[in-house]
Amino acid sequence: MNGIRRMWAVALKEFRQLARDRLTFAMVIGIPLILITLFGYAINMDVRNLRAGIADQAGTQTSRRLVADLTATQVIAPVRQAATAEELERMLLGNEIVVGVFIPRDFERRLQDPNREAAQLLVDATDPLIPGIVSAIADMPFALREHGASSRLIPRTGRSQQGSLFSMRQYYNPEGRSAVMIVPGTIGVILTFTMVLFTSIAIVRERERGNLELLITTPVRSIELMLGKIIPYIFIGLLQVSLILSAAVFLFDVPLRGTLLDLYVASLAYVVAVLGFGLLISTIAKVQFQAFQLTFFLLLPSILLSGFIFPFDGMPLPAQYFAQALPLTHFVVLVRGILLKGAELADLLLPLQKLGILFVISMTLAMIRFRKRLD
Amino acid sequence: MGASAAIVTQNLSRRFGTVLAVDDLHLQVPEAQIYGFLGPNGSGKSTTFRMLCGLLKPTAGEVDVLGHRLPADAERIRSLIGYMTQQFSLYRDLTVLENLQFIAQIQGLSRRERRDRVRHSLRAYRLERYRKRRAEHLSGGERQRLALAAALLHRPPLLLLDEPTSAVDPQTRRDFWDALFELINQGTTILVSTHYMDEAERCHRLAILDRGSLVAEGEPLELIGNIDATVIEITGADLKSLRETLSGLRGVWNLTQLGSRLHALLDPGTERPVELVQGALANAGLQANVSIAEAGLEDVFVAATGKRPS
Repeated sequence: MNGIRRMWAVALKEFRQLARDRLTFAMVIGIPLILITLFGYAINMDVRNLRAGIADQAGTQTSRRLVADLTATQVIAPVRQAATAEELERMLLGNEIVVGVFIPRDFERRLQDPNREAAQLLVDATDPLIPGIVSAIADMPFALREHGASSRLIPRTGRSQQGSLFSMRQYYNPEGRSAVMIVPGTIGVILTFTMVLFTSIAIVRERERGNLELLITTPVRSIELMLGKIIPYIFIGLLQVSLILSAAVFLFDVPLRGTLLDLYVASLAYVVAVLGFGLLISTIAKVQFQAFQLTFFLLLPSILLSGFIFPFDGMPLPAQYFAQALPLTHFVVLVRGILLKGAELADLLLPLQKLGILFVISMTLAMIRFRKRLD
Repeated sequence: MGASAAIVTQNLSRRFGTVLAVDDLHLQVPEAQIYGFLGPNGSGKSTTFRMLCGLLKPTAGEVDVLGHRLPADAERIRSLIGYMTQQFSLYRDLTVLENLQFIAQIQGLSRRERRDRVRHSLRAYRLERYRKRRAEHLSGGERQRLALAAALLHRPPLLLLDEPTSAVDPQTRRDFWDALFELINQGTTILVSTHYMDEAERCHRLAILDRGSLVAEGEPLELIGNIDATVIEITGADLKSLRETLSGLRGVWNLTQLGSRLHALLDPGTERPVELVQGALANAGLQANVSIAEAGLEDVFVAATGKRPS
């Protein structure tokens, strides 16, 4: 009873301080809005208008039609003309173009021969995304023969094909829009950033200002202090979720296929897990700057390894194991499941449990590290 | 010494790395008295305080506070002590009232106790006018009254004040000490560290610390009476030259200028000290009045902590 009263006293005090700290309050609102806009608009994997160079040695009607068809896809935009393949290579080197289309003199004859490539695409593979996109256009069927039969630019394994072997169906995001893939995970990234930063700084600041020296001479227990400190941030976290979610739905047209309640329960689990990490950081950092550094130390692997940007299944096993320790990994599964797939929490118990485990572990470690002493 | 001791320490030591901050301290602090810690910066006052309220763990030795052994019973004594830190450690961005209410809740007071005591301390420490003002906008004296009020909300039998008056003007200091004596009358034991002589003089007992060691202990008058030095007072026209001449003299430990007077501390074994000083000054061709003076607490402090050639 006394414990709950003391915990509530800490929470109330924290609320008051937050309401008065205009900068922090601006960050509560500002960081989510800025980040969601940046991530939503700038991270765009629907690549268009790759600068292309064309070397059409054939110069026939068919070759010109191929170039026209390629241009019509809007994936490439011819910006240079070249005479030879070597010239295209030089342009690639100089970053004048990122794709070269080389159509050899004997293009027409090659077209008739299913075992030979008719033309060649030269691709700048220093960018992680471009080769995949270009290979997709290489697989596109182009109607280059009189009787409407399609032909591929580069037959795979020399096998004769008419059209594609498989048809693909994209689930949950049929148009393949980047915003739909990126925005749900962004909720998690933003919460990691703000929650960890705010909590870690909140305790370190008390240490810096000497408040902690007074607090530890009072009967308040470590657990009351810790829980009291994070209660206000749970509300702030859920406020941020609402903010980002509104932006996601109204600005980026991200579908909400699951229930709002499930989404908030998942967000709550995630918020307390990252708050646990924030507390742990606060027991390690001695000054606010260190808390800031440690926040990024958690944020970077979260962005890179959680499956937020790079496919989780494509990572080497050790990285996958490590990523289990990052709350964002589990939240990405939860939020994509609920928002995009319309999953219910019952389908997603495992990631939810893992978030719970991470919260317990981080809180326990924080409690062990935080002793009511100065030495 | 009073009836019983509020604090007893034995062989109390604390080391930070290679630095021995507190060295083998034996103390007995009697109940319901003001016990002063006097010492220069770095003498171990704050470290001792922090060990007495369980903030720091002693490297060696034993501490008994109000019948509880530290550090084992550290949590048990939390509600028995009020601690006022050297720096203001309440929340600057909260108002006077909010700070007091927060501390009252943290101390586990009931709703009624909270209301009554917060109201009482606002009145007793003349803070009613500022109840809605944030602590950061208070003057040094107001802030100090707030800190004291907060430290006393739970009516602790033991109050630790770590250099409480280092940031306030003399009048505020006088008021503050009046408040302390009020508390003594109610049975509170007060431990106060200071480096002001006038404050030290008002303590019932004093411990003088120097570089972590206890160099003198007792009632102020007792300490003055037992000073381990001869105090000579010199007045003259050219104090600067007098000082230069005496600083090299054998048997002179220390020279302190007090306005137009010079106090020289001499080895108590010095025979005929007045004649010795007069002779030295005459040799240098200087005119001065030389006499034995009554020691003050400042002299005791200097004699106990000053450097002695030996």
